[in-house]
Amino acid sequence: MTDNLNINAKPRSKIKDVWDQFKSHKGALLGAIIFFSIVLLVMVGPFIWPFDANQIDIRSRNQGPSLLHPFGTDQLGRDTLARMMAGGRTSIAVGLAAMALSLFFGSFIGVTAGFYKRLDGVLMRFTDLFLSLPLLPLLLVMMLLFREPLSEAYGPERGMFVLIVVSIGITSWMPTARIVRADVLALKEREFVLAAKASGTSDTFIILRHIMPNVLSPIMVSATLGIANGIITESALSFLGLGFPPDFPTWGRLLNDAVDYLQQFPERVFWPGLAISLTVLSINYLGDGLRDALDPRMRKR
Amino acid sequence: MLTYIARRLLISIPTLIFISLVIFLLLNLAPNDPMAQVPLTVPPEVKQKMREALGLGQPLYVQFLKWLIQLFWIEPQVFIDYMFNTSFSEGKLRVISWQTRSPVMDIIVQRMPQTLWVVGMSYVVGILIAIPIGIYSAYKQYSVFDQVGTFVTMIGYSVPPFFTGVFVIVIFSVQLGWLPSIYDTTHTVVDWETFKIQLKQMVMPVMVLALQTTAMINRFMRATMLDNLNQDYVRTARAKGLSEWTVVMIHVLRNSMIPVITVIALNVPAIFGGAIITEQVFKVNGIGQQLIGAIYANDLPTVQTITFMFAVLIVLFNLLADIIYGILDPRIRYD
Repeated sequence: MTDNLNINAKPRSKIKDVWDQFKSHKGALLGAIIFFSIVLLVMVGPFIWPFDANQIDIRSRNQGPSLLHPFGTDQLGRDTLARMMAGGRTSIAVGLAAMALSLFFGSFIGVTAGFYKRLDGVLMRFTDLFLSLPLLPLLLVMMLLFREPLSEAYGPERGMFVLIVVSIGITSWMPTARIVRADVLALKEREFVLAAKASGTSDTFIILRHIMPNVLSPIMVSATLGIANGIITESALSFLGLGFPPDFPTWGRLLNDAVDYLQQFPERVFWPGLAISLTVLSINYLGDGLRDALDPRMRKR
Repeated sequence: MLTYIARRLLISIPTLIFISLVIFLLLNLAPNDPMAQVPLTVPPEVKQKMREALGLGQPLYVQFLKWLIQLFWIEPQVFIDYMFNTSFSEGKLRVISWQTRSPVMDIIVQRMPQTLWVVGMSYVVGILIAIPIGIYSAYKQYSVFDQVGTFVTMIGYSVPPFFTGVFVIVIFSVQLGWLPSIYDTTHTVVDWETFKIQLKQMVMPVMVLALQTTAMINRFMRATMLDNLNQDYVRTARAKGLSEWTVVMIHVLRNSMIPVITVIALNVPAIFGGAIITEQVFKVNGIGQQLIGAIYANDLPTVQTITFMFAVLIVLFNLLADIIYGILDPRIRYD
């Protein structure tokens, strides 16, 4: 058997292994391409597109799709494509920021609970308690209660952004914390951590240098699901009319506005709904592929 | 088994108290004034009196205790009175809505059947669709059926109910005109014709919610079936010469159902959460719409009570899932 081992083979890096496995999952690859195209479109689009999202042109209101306005215009003559891109910017920004916050809380609590045995019981009970909170009603209540003080402090748009991101962040960290804790518990008993401990390395350094890189893969998978969750929650809040102010487009807000014109212009609900669904679908496929790619057992050597 | 159930029951009491504290503090520490709607001509002394009548002048812990007593002591008494025609609760102060000035629980009891009817029906439909599809996809892994099933599941997972709901309204109500877009709760079924109308108005909300359930349970069913199909006991059963139907539908299915049943129990509260949005889309005047209405109207007692009831549902079904798991799988009880 040793003859078959090619000693001169190039050393394979982990990143290349992961990429090779990821490529073999067609849905994940397509999901990644679609997601990054959407992100690119909403980031760069507003600079290229001649219409502004809030530019009112009352004479060309309620138009159907045309060359000038590919997605038509709304009841105030604002270009729907421009509003879609502006809305996507906000929705995706909320998704990313909420994901970052929830990952931070989740990994912090997960690593602390896994690494320090004394804190484990308390922190996990705390996580369980959070898991039994009714999240959507609480989010709605938070929107109701803190909207005005934050709007006064940071301005209506930024205040709402902070509020939505923070509320989603503090209500979605629990699954990450549980997964990370389980991984840390297993890692803690491994030889390299024991060796680091024996040689007198400080706890902080062990966590940062030895534990964190090894729990990165579950964290990355949670990250993709976190973006999807953030986008859906923000859209749901905006759809219920408890999100961003009415003149500030997000995908959920656009969908909510379109519902008022359901009888006359039914096609209007289509674009924002499609954008939300396509983004979330591509992220979910991306997450699926990432999970397979980062799992060494799935990787063919 | 009894000690196991007792232990689980005891854990859920502090959980409930913690949740009620969170809900209470969140609502009471936030700045807002229930007297904001009262006309400015009312003198400040009278406003102060009205505040005290609502129990707002007292320290926070007194308010919290009073709320707990109302919720856990007086409301059950009202319920017992109603059931057995007794008079335990006479003259006792119940949780009063600021919006309608009537007891919150009475409104919830009025709204509950609509929610239960739509939500419960969608859950049953979703499960009935998901389980056979999950079994067959796992049995024929990577077949065309499996691929399509996985894709539909992914869509059910990713497309939010506020889009599927609006989308089916556009197609079936606006374009085709087959189904009503608004759910009429005053409609009563007396004969075949009214039954058909009831069926028509229920199809869309039920199917929209059922898509979510199907996606979730189908995915899980397929995964556990796959886990079990590769086990040794399946090979043994086949080697004994049992028919394929017996192997899959009796041996494998029974073992796979254990985790699936707990997932079904665990997700009941999540479905109620999803119903908030679906009720809003189809204008079902259930408990979710009551919550949204109360939030818009700044009606704190109603918001507190409904949110707390959602929490009770979660704790209750977590408990139920644990107990079912313990009954079905003896290995769980003995740890």
